Amino acid sequence: MKYRAIVPTLYIIFLMLPIYWLIAMSFKTTNEILGGFSLFPEKFTFENYMVIFTDPSWYWGYINSIIYVSLNTVISLAAALPAAYAFSRFRFMGDKHLFFWLLTNRMAPAAVFALPFFQLYSAVGIFDTHLAVALAHALFNIPLAVWILEGFMSGVPKELDETAYVDGYSFPAFFVQVFIPTIKAGIGVTAFFCFMFSWVELLLAKTLTAVAAKPIAAVMTKTSSSAGFELGLLAAAGVLTIIPGAIVIYFVRNYIAKGFALGRV
Amino acid sequence: MARITLKNLKHSYYPNPKTPEDYALKEIDLSWTDGGAYALLGPSGCGKSTLLNIISGLLIPSQGQVLFDDADVTHLSPADRNIAQVFQFPVIYDTMTVYNNLAFPLKNRGVGAEKIDQRVREIAHMLELDEMLDKRASGLTPDNKQKISMGRGLVRDDVNVIMFDEPLTVIDPLLKWKLRSKLKELHQKAKVTMIYVTHDQTEALTFADQVVVMQEGNIVQIGTPIELFERPAHTFVGHFIGSPGMNVIPCEVKDGAAFFNGLQVEVEGKINPVENARTEIGIRPEFVGIGKTGIEAKVRKVVDLGRHIVVEAMIGEVKVNAVTDGLMPNPGETLHLSFAPHHTRVYADGWIATQESKR
Amino acid sequence: MKTINQKGWFFVLPVLILVAFNALIPLMTVVNYSVQETFGNNQFFWQGLDWFENVLRSERFHGALGRQALFTATILAIEIPLGVGIALAMPRKGFWVPICLVLMALPLLIPWNVVGAMWNIFTLPDIGLAGYVLNNVLGIEYDMTQNAFAAWTTIIVMDVWHWTSLVVLLAYAGIISIPDPYYQAAKIDGASSWAVFRHIQLPKMNKVLTIAILLRFMDSFNIYTEPFVLTGGGPGNSTTLLSIDLVKTALGQFDLGPAAAMSLIYFAVTLLVSWLFYTIMTKDDK
Repeated sequence: MKYRAIVPTLYIIFLMLPIYWLIAMSFKTTNEILGGFSLFPEKFTFENYMVIFTDPSWYWGYINSIIYVSLNTVISLAAALPAAYAFSRFRFMGDKHLFFWLLTNRMAPAAVFALPFFQLYSAVGIFDTHLAVALAHALFNIPLAVWILEGFMSGVPKELDETAYVDGYSFPAFFVQVFIPTIKAGIGVTAFFCFMFSWVELLLAKTLTAVAAKPIAAVMTKTSSSAGFELGLLAAAGVLTIIPGAIVIYFVRNYIAKGFALGRV
Repeated sequence: MARITLKNLKHSYYPNPKTPEDYALKEIDLSWTDGGAYALLGPSGCGKSTLLNIISGLLIPSQGQVLFDDADVTHLSPADRNIAQVFQFPVIYDTMTVYNNLAFPLKNRGVGAEKIDQRVREIAHMLELDEMLDKRASGLTPDNKQKISMGRGLVRDDVNVIMFDEPLTVIDPLLKWKLRSKLKELHQKAKVTMIYVTHDQTEALTFADQVVVMQEGNIVQIGTPIELFERPAHTFVGHFIGSPGMNVIPCEVKDGAAFFNGLQVEVEGKINPVENARTEIGIRPEFVGIGKTGIEAKVRKVVDLGRHIVVEAMIGEVKVNAVTDGLMPNPGETLHLSFAPHHTRVYADGWIATQESKR
Repeated sequence: MKTINQKGWFFVLPVLILVAFNALIPLMTVVNYSVQETFGNNQFFWQGLDWFENVLRSERFHGALGRQALFTATILAIEIPLGVGIALAMPRKGFWVPICLVLMALPLLIPWNVVGAMWNIFTLPDIGLAGYVLNNVLGIEYDMTQNAFAAWTTIIVMDVWHWTSLVVLLAYAGIISIPDPYYQAAKIDGASSWAVFRHIQLPKMNKVLTIAILLRFMDSFNIYTEPFVLTGGGPGNSTTLLSIDLVKTALGQFDLGPAAAMSLIYFAVTLLVSWLFYTIMTKDDK
C-alpha cells in the first residue's frame, strides 16, 4: 500500500521543480544568473522584489489584473445564475440548442477573437479599460459558469422551489434567501474557475489593453524585450503572480475534490 | 459452514479510547451455531454494523477474537474467511451481465467453467432471475439488483456465513415483503448461517430463529422472537419490540411485593432483592385487561391500528397502553385496568428482577 | 420534471446579451473580412471564397495544422493515462489528501505567460536547472533555440507539467464518489486490483473522463500563450502551432482576409469536435 504513495510523490516533486527554480532565481541578482549555474542563490537578495514593490508600472500591473479578474467573476456569476436556473428548471423553445451554442463559445480559439475584439472594443470606446478585459473573458467564462451551475442546480430537487412558493416567498426572495445558500458549493466552484481562467489568460488581456489597464502579464512580457533579459526581475514578478492562485486554492482546498466533478459525477 | 464465536470483543473507533463511551462495542461474548438464521436488532448507533463488519473481516477489533470453528480469524481478510456480505444498497458490477455478476466470485477462485455454469443457474433459479441472466445488471430494478448481490454470496457453496447489512433499505415496501419471504426461503434451502442486521423489528422477528438485541454497544438479550416478546429481559427490549411497546410503570418494591400508587400489583413470581435501584413494572399492552375491576384510569386516546385497537389511558401522570379486540371506549371515559399477573414483571435499573414461577 | 416555460428566455437574457455581443458581432466581422479584400482606407472588394481556397491550399496552413494535430494527439496520449494513473494512486482518505490536491492544483493557476517564462528560465542551456543538468550532468546536448526536437520535447513536457493536474483532479473526483461498499464487495469476491479498476472504477469515471478529454482536446488545440512565450514559434516555425500562426497573420501581418478565413476554418474544426463530444456526453441523459 505504501508503494502507491510514490506515484503522487514523484509527480508533486516534478511539479515543484520549475517553481522552485523560479523562486530561487527571484532571489538572485541578474549578474549571478547570467554568470553561471547555482542551485541555491549564492548572494541572496531582495532587490528584484524591491523593484516591483516600488515601481508603479510594475505593481499596477498586479492591481489591474486583480481588478478585471474580480470584475469578470462578478459579471459572469451574475449573468450565469439566472440562466443556469432556467436551463435546470424550465424547458423552452430552443433551449438545448442555446445550451450547446453557449458551450461552443468556451471551445473557441481565443486567437480567433483577438483582432475582432480589438476592433470591436475600440469602436465601443472601452479599449484599455478593466471592463473590456472583464467582458472579453466573460465570453469564455459564462458558458463554463452556466454549465457548472446547472449541474449543481439540477441536484437540488424542485420540491424546494415549490415549498418556498407555498410558504409565500416571492421569486427573488426565494432565489436569494433559499436557493443560493443551497448551491453555495457550486457558486464557490464556479467563482474559482472564473478566477482561474481570467487570471491566467494573456492574449486577450494584452490585446485589449495598452497602459491604463495593463495586466501584470503584459508588464512581464515587456521585461524580456525592452530592458534586455532581466531574468531575476522576471522571476520575482512570476513568483508574485503565483501567490494569488495559491491563496485561492488554499481557501477552496476542501472543495477541490468534490468541486472538480462540476456537479456531474 | 462454521460455528462462529466472538470472545471478549471490544471495539473503539478512536486510537486511544479512555471512557466506556469511546467504545462502539463494549463487551461481546457470543456463539452462533452452524446454519442458523440470526438477526442483530437495535437502533441506529447501537453497534450492530460494527459487529457485522468485524465478523466479515472488513474491520479488525480493538480487542478480542473472532473464531470460525475454533480457528482464530480475527486478522484474516474477508476473502480468506469465506464469507459473503450484502450491503444496504445493491452493489453490482455495472459492466457485466447478470450471469457474469453471479459467476464473478467463482471465477476469481479458479472454479471450472462447468461448475460455474451449474451453480449460477441453480442460484438464479432460486432467486427467480433465470430470465435475466443475459441482461446487463445495471438496467435492473433495485430489488433485482439486491437479489444479484445476494446471489453472489450464495453462489459459493463453501461459504461460512452470509451477512446482511440492512439489505432492504432501498427497496419499495411492497417488494420488501416479497424479498423478506424469499430470504427465509433461501435460508431453508441453502442451510448457510445467515446474520441479518436491522433496526426494523418486523424484519428481524420474521427472519430469525434467534434475535440478538443490542443497545449502545451491548448485547441486551438473545432469544427467539417469542421469548423476546413474551419475556423481555430488559425494558429496552420490551420497549423496542412490539407495537406498541411494553408499558413501563414506575413502582416501589417493599417486603418482596410491588406497589404502584400504593396499590399492590401481583407479579409473575418472586422478586429479586433490589436495593437502591430504580424499579419499574413492565407489562405489555396485550396483557392489560379492561374491565369492571382494577386500577382506575382515564382514556386519553383511542387508535385503531387495523389489526387491533390501542387504548391510551392515563393513571394520574402515568400513561398505560392497552390492546383491545373491538372494544372502543371514548376519550375522557373512566376505565378499570387489570394487569395479568403472569406477564407482569418488575425491572430494576432496566433489567428484569422477577423470577419465572414454575407453573 | 422541467416545466415548459417560455419565461426561461427572460432568465437567459443577460447571458444572451453578453455572449452575443462578444461572439456574434466579432464573428460577423470575421465573416465579413473572410470574403473581402482590402487595401486600406476602408475600401473592400468582394473576393468570394478565394481566401478560403487560398488558406486551405497554403503549405503554411497545412504545416501549422499538422503540427497542431501532432501536438494535441501527443498531449492526449500522455496526459489522460498519466492523470488517471496518478488519481488511482492517490490516497482516498486522510490528511495528506488536501495537501496533495493543493500542490497539484498549483500549476493550473499560474498565468500562462509565467508558465512559458518559467520553463524558459528552467531550460536555458547553461544557467537553467534543467538545461544545466541535461547538458552538463547527463551529457545530453540540449538547446531549445537551436534544435527543433528539443523545442518540441520542451513544449510537450511543459504542457504535461501544466495541465495533467486537471485530468488528475477530474479523475480523482470520479474515483472518490464511489462508495466504500463497492470496494468491500470486491474484496469479498476476491477481485484483483485490475478487476476493481476495470469493473468498478473505470465505469464510474466515465463522465468525468469524457469531460477531461474534451477540455484537454479543446485547450490544447487552441493553445497560444505558453508555447509562444517559450519558443516564439521557433526555431524557425517548427513549433508554430495553429493559434500562433493565426495571430501572426492577423495581428502581425494584418492580412485580414487570410486571417479571417483561417479563423473560420479553425473555428469550424473545434465546433465539429465539440458537437461530437456533446452528443456522446448527453446521449445517456433522459
